[in-house]
Amino acid sequence: MTQVFFYGLSALAIASSLMMLFQRNAMYSVLYLLVCFFSVAGLYIMLNAQFLAVVHIIVYAGAIMVLFLYVLMFLNLNTPAAFSKSNMLRMAAMLTGGSIFLLLFSAFYRTQLIVMPDPMNENVGSVQTLGKVLFNDYLIPFELTSVLFLSAMVGVVIINKKDKVNG
Amino acid sequence: MDNTLSQQLQVIPLENYVMLSIILFSIGVIGILMRRNLIVVFLSIELMLNSINLMAASFSAYHNDPAGQAFVFFIMVVAAAEVAVGLAMLVMIYRNVRSIEIDALSRLKW
Repeated sequence: MTQVFFYGLSALAIASSLMMLFQRNAMYSVLYLLVCFFSVAGLYIMLNAQFLAVVHIIVYAGAIMVLFLYVLMFLNLNTPAAFSKSNMLRMAAMLTGGSIFLLLFSAFYRTQLIVMPDPMNENVGSVQTLGKVLFNDYLIPFELTSVLFLSAMVGVVIINKKDKVNG
Repeated sequence: MDNTLSQQLQVIPLENYVMLSIILFSIGVIGILMRRNLIVVFLSIELMLNSINLMAASFSAYHNDPAGQAFVFFIMVVAAAEVAVGLAMLVMIYRNVRSIEIDALSRLKW
């Protein structure tokens, strides 16, 4: 049963990301990536990481993808690409990606993965445990992320401010 | 009930999760190199970050160490900030050159 879920979700993730890649219209690419993100959230649930699954859906589906769609509609960028890359560049990209895949796969093939004797503890991914970890061990990085967000927000506003000198 | 659930989850080996994230990462790399629409390039970057998140979360779950999931949380924060700044730059690029194709920026080459 779990195997069926795992293989179904991973096939959905791979298929939708491939569809994202080969879609001419950017709008459909965004929607296909949304499907991919939801299947990854399902995989998080299968890993007993409930907190991550919920945060993943909220952040990616709720914020990032909406931002993408908003920019696409705001700029009216829904037109398909006017000119496409030459076939040679396409092949070169495929070749590079394939060789990176081979490199990672060979590294993975050579590695003996260690699994703890009692994996998948129920409590590891719970909100309680992660909250304790975030607010005890990683308190300073956690606070620094708020500074990062603030600087990103200020940066976005400054980047898009109309420049008076250059028009 | 809890015990049987974790026993069921144990059926899937860790290797499968690692393999899936390797495949997703490679698809992201191909997307960055192949597409010329800046939005799709950003989407591919998101896909790569996601595959890394998945791998970190699976290692964390199989090693009973919540620190890995805390790192996934931080990666999500950085991804959100990166997308906000990147899309702001994209809007500015569109305002200046009236296109979001990468080739429209080829004069940045030298």
